[in-house]
Amino acid sequence: MAEFEPKIVAFVCNWCTYAGADLTGTSRIKYASNVRIVRFPCTGRIDYMLLIKAFDEGADGIIVSGCHPNDCHYTSGNFHARRRWMMFRSLADFMGVDIRRIKFSWVSAAEGAKWADIVNTTVTDIRALGPYTEYRKVSKGNIKEVANG
Amino acid sequence: MKIEKKIIRKDSLEKLFDKLRGSNHEVFAPMTRNGKLSYHPVDKFSEISDGYIQTTQSSKEVSFPRTEKLLDYSKNADGMHVKGIDPEQIPSVILWGVRPCDTMGIGQLSSIFNWDYKDEIYNNRLSKVTVFGFSCNKADEYCFCTSVNGNPGSTEGSDILFTMMGENGDYLAEIISEKGAAAAAAAPELFTEAGNAEKEKYLASVPVKFNREEIHDKLDKYFESPEWVEQSLKCIGCGACAYVCPTCACFDIQDEQHGKSGKRVRCWDSCGFSLFTLHTSGHNPREVQSARWRQRIMHKFSYMPDRLSVYGCTGCGRCSRACPADMNILEHLITIKEAAL
Amino acid sequence: MDELRKRAKELLEAGTVKVVIGYENGSAGKTRALFARNAAEADKLIFDSRCIMNLAAYLTKTEVKGIGKMAITAPLPAMRAIIQLASEFQVSDDKLMVLGLTPDAKMLEFKSLSEVEEYVHKSAIEIEAKYNEKLEKLNGMTPSERWNFWIGELSPCFKCYACRAACPMCYCHKCTVEFNQPQWIPVPSDDLGNLEWHMMRAIHLAGRCVDCDACYNACPLGIPLNLLTKRMLIDAKEYFGGYQPSIKADHLMSTYKPGDKDNFIM
Repeated sequence: MAEFEPKIVAFVCNWCTYAGADLTGTSRIKYASNVRIVRFPCTGRIDYMLLIKAFDEGADGIIVSGCHPNDCHYTSGNFHARRRWMMFRSLADFMGVDIRRIKFSWVSAAEGAKWADIVNTTVTDIRALGPYTEYRKVSKGNIKEVANG
Repeated sequence: MKIEKKIIRKDSLEKLFDKLRGSNHEVFAPMTRNGKLSYHPVDKFSEISDGYIQTTQSSKEVSFPRTEKLLDYSKNADGMHVKGIDPEQIPSVILWGVRPCDTMGIGQLSSIFNWDYKDEIYNNRLSKVTVFGFSCNKADEYCFCTSVNGNPGSTEGSDILFTMMGENGDYLAEIISEKGAAAAAAAPELFTEAGNAEKEKYLASVPVKFNREEIHDKLDKYFESPEWVEQSLKCIGCGACAYVCPTCACFDIQDEQHGKSGKRVRCWDSCGFSLFTLHTSGHNPREVQSARWRQRIMHKFSYMPDRLSVYGCTGCGRCSRACPADMNILEHLITIKEAAL
Repeated sequence: MDELRKRAKELLEAGTVKVVIGYENGSAGKTRALFARNAAEADKLIFDSRCIMNLAAYLTKTEVKGIGKMAITAPLPAMRAIIQLASEFQVSDDKLMVLGLTPDAKMLEFKSLSEVEEYVHKSAIEIEAKYNEKLEKLNGMTPSERWNFWIGELSPCFKCYACRAACPMCYCHKCTVEFNQPQWIPVPSDDLGNLEWHMMRAIHLAGRCVDCDACYNACPLGIPLNLLTKRMLIDAKEYFGGYQPSIKADHLMSTYKPGDKDNFIM
């Protein structure tokens, strides 16, 4: 039986983490291929609903990554993002969402090695946690064919 | 079929329940949660709540669920595949503990689903329901069934109507239809002859507050009245009234898709929502709450009787009890009745 | 009450305001909103412990605003909501006059929203003890237990959006759940739709909720969804020192401090 390969969605900012991921590639650093990257101009653009949609659509894990504080291409987008992540992570945990499956990081354009590390760590951790069946059970639908109670 | 009158002892109800549950019927009955009563599938008689005047939610879920899958679809290399739900999967249901206002509402709701198009899924579900009505021994200030041609002991819509004769007394069981007879046949030993038992003196008293035909006729001339604004100022535009109403039938259809496959789902909607009538063009014919409130009343008391020959209100009072803003529908109807034109 | 009614009548008769939004007696011993436009209607104004609806929810309603300048009888939770609304440019001094109410129905007259803010700032938003117990219990559960708890608690929800309608802070003409290109939050009232709706509503209230419990009181099915917004209040305090509705000061979530400290960003 094939080993479980987690599906990870990464929401990253264009100027730092995306460029950093590019550097990982051009540096020929090998890293896990489970991640699908979604590029944003800035982490400040990342909406809560995007993260939830990733789980809806079958992601087992999520990475959210951007510029280090003080290095945001738009000056303060990542500061706003940080506040949002703090509140949202807490609420998600409060509602029982498995927040071990959502990883946040600051990865700069020069940190190709760090990006590989983040991805590899995430994939290893999520592989150990297994597929996110709890969420899937709820999102793949339990709309009953019989009358609801 | 002529109505058969029987007696069933109060402590035999549980035995009847057990017999029916054991014979592969689902039983939908009122259960209490967070202090509110709604209909749920129950496994044990002890789970059923009683002693209430009216439940919070209606029992329309049994034929018109709040969320219902209509079909599955998927797109493969060889085209689009559509699979409807299997009606054989829909179980037989005993709907236990419905008031006569609600049983009257079943016919009203059905008229909407059988108007210009016969809704097979709705009809299929309903055909599998056996209705155990329970007459009202008590009423409160929200009830007005007698103003809309109902009454607390009406047999309309029930397959068996149970009336409790006195506090903790035995029940008069009126077996009204073939379905009811079939259900009673699960435990014939529990039913004895009724003799001269009469239910009238045990029924709640619900004073008549208006005449629905008068409201209908008034509404014909009332469309442009500024009163609609007055009445709806405190409405906050939620969907509570529509969702708890036994006869409200508005629904939304959503496709929930993941990748190349998905399911089509029907779910409840409410004409009270501000964007209910929003067109793709951006135009909204009912842009203000007064237009939406007017629509609610006119739909129930004017449009439905005109087009479907049934009224859309059973006087159960649930909307008024559930409304967070206390938009008491009975008060509004009386205002309309008394309005000078 | 006499003082309140007298003042309301004065304001209406002088034309200072066109409507006084307050409470009156309603059905079955409950209370409801009153939109008094003349002296006779103003006589129906009441205030007591039954008055739990947050009337500030009406201040953003088009049909109410359209009447003209408004006065509102406001206990502390409503006053907090009004200041928050003012800070979000939804009400202003030229459109609204506030007749404050103490818990024992004493009237407080304010000349401006700034004065209301001063009064509001005298007390912090404190979560009641009975809720703290429930929240503690939830904190003690494992995430899986909490998941099952919320899926269960939210399962009666039928998406009537009474919680949204009753909340003074939910005034968007097109709510996030009403967008369908794409449909972010599922419409049906199944486990996923309910979970995501309540999660999104709570996070959109982060830093804005004034803990008035209008959402819980409005819910026809008695769902304790106010536990979610209270959690947001606790987090705001723990992470950012809490917040007070304030017309001029920064909003919790639309600002930041370089010194904000997280413990999870790698």
